[in-house]
Amino acid sequence: MGEDRLARTPLYTYHLRLGARMVAFAGWELPLHYQGIVAEHRAVRTSCGVFDVSHMSTFWVLGSKALESLDRLLANDPRRLVDGQAFYTPLCNEAGGLVDDLVVLRFAVDRFLVVGNAARREADLAWLRLHAAAEVVDATEALALLAVQGPRSERILQPLVETSLSGLRRYRFVPHTLVAGRPATVSRTGYTGEDGFELLLPGEQAVPVWEALLEAGAVPCGLGARDTLRLEAGYLLYGQDADETTTPMEAGLRRAVKLEGRAFIGAQALRRQLETGMRRTLCGLVLEGRTIARRGCPILKDGAPVGTVTSGTWGPWVERSIALGYLPPEHSQPGSSVVVEVRERPVQAEVAALPFYRRG
Amino acid sequence: MVPEDLRYTPEHEWVRMEGDRARVGITKFAADRLTDIVYVELPEVGRTVRFMEPFGVIESVKAASDLYSPLTGRVVAVNERLRDAPELVSQDPYGEGWMILIEPADLSELERLLDAEAYRRHIGES
Repeated sequence: MGEDRLARTPLYTYHLRLGARMVAFAGWELPLHYQGIVAEHRAVRTSCGVFDVSHMSTFWVLGSKALESLDRLLANDPRRLVDGQAFYTPLCNEAGGLVDDLVVLRFAVDRFLVVGNAARREADLAWLRLHAAAEVVDATEALALLAVQGPRSERILQPLVETSLSGLRRYRFVPHTLVAGRPATVSRTGYTGEDGFELLLPGEQAVPVWEALLEAGAVPCGLGARDTLRLEAGYLLYGQDADETTTPMEAGLRRAVKLEGRAFIGAQALRRQLETGMRRTLCGLVLEGRTIARRGCPILKDGAPVGTVTSGTWGPWVERSIALGYLPPEHSQPGSSVVVEVRERPVQAEVAALPFYRRG
Repeated sequence: MVPEDLRYTPEHEWVRMEGDRARVGITKFAADRLTDIVYVELPEVGRTVRFMEPFGVIESVKAASDLYSPLTGRVVAVNERLRDAPELVSQDPYGEGWMILIEPADLSELERLLDAEAYRRHIGES
């Protein structure tokens, strides 16, 4: 990214007006927080927050070859999707390493939307175009994406939406409905560990929909809370907790990999890994006290380095110092005690089952 | 925002002389920039701290930042309340959010710090 000008979402000036502190992320200038990370985090756990996540990349996969192309590309099985259904899936290279992790929505058998990480836009696009016989259209600039998250999401969103949301199950979506009178797709998905929705809409419709959501009582939330929420919920962040050298098995994504009778790119390598076993797996860690483990901190067992922290934060809701990191299988059992070295000082920690937070 | 009677470091610590001792904390500007302070790591009483060298760490949800000592000297007290209530730093940065009390070894170091006006310029407030 370097010196390149940062990209802006359609809500950029709105964020400034709300007094957001802006931050550079994956080539975009995005709100880090408005009132503060902890306050926004709590709003999502107890009520409803709205995030501008329009930086996420979106690609249409179109045409009669769409399904077979995705069957060849995705570790999860797109043949299991029906119209109006979405899933989470790893996108792997030949070695089984993660090219990205995605949410894929099936609008129709010849019309899928792939949502990926902003930092992987070019890589995803190149990979999809290289291996898909179908047409791949980059819709990132055209589409805005708003995440409405928290236990009160349905109550806040429903009055603005034409379609009934009460019967909409997790990972289902309503295509082409109206939100605040504007065309939008509403999916029951999210990255916070709460109930919630993601709204996909033409960029030029983002401001009125955002305004309507704030008026209805949704609290504007930034990337800071998005990160602390996803960590409490045990979701990995691509580029931080996983990359091209990590497989979905190592990253704790086994449930999103469907190997049986499949021949997607990377399947063979993943089968082999299941047979031979893994050298490391992504684990949750809870540190003693308030010291926070940061990315890169060594994890020690009996004085010897056995792993590395990939993400760490103070969990504003669980009120513990939490982290994710890779450990060899023999030390990855929940309850296993390890030491995390923070600023060259040892801090006691315990391996914890993920997620750190599960909604009641 | 920037009290007149204090001296400041470019790293946003303040120091207040109280008789022959010096009380140290971080400025409101720094506390506001950090937001969501969750942990303050302070030195042990009796330790020597040195002019413009780190004496501790302040952790916010997002990042850890070093705390720089405005003076060389011996630590005679630390604010134990910050252990359980680090938010005092944001709520009252010049009062109950103080961090360490030092017995200064060399008061001439005070002259090398910023006065209120210079600090205000430093943070773009004048």
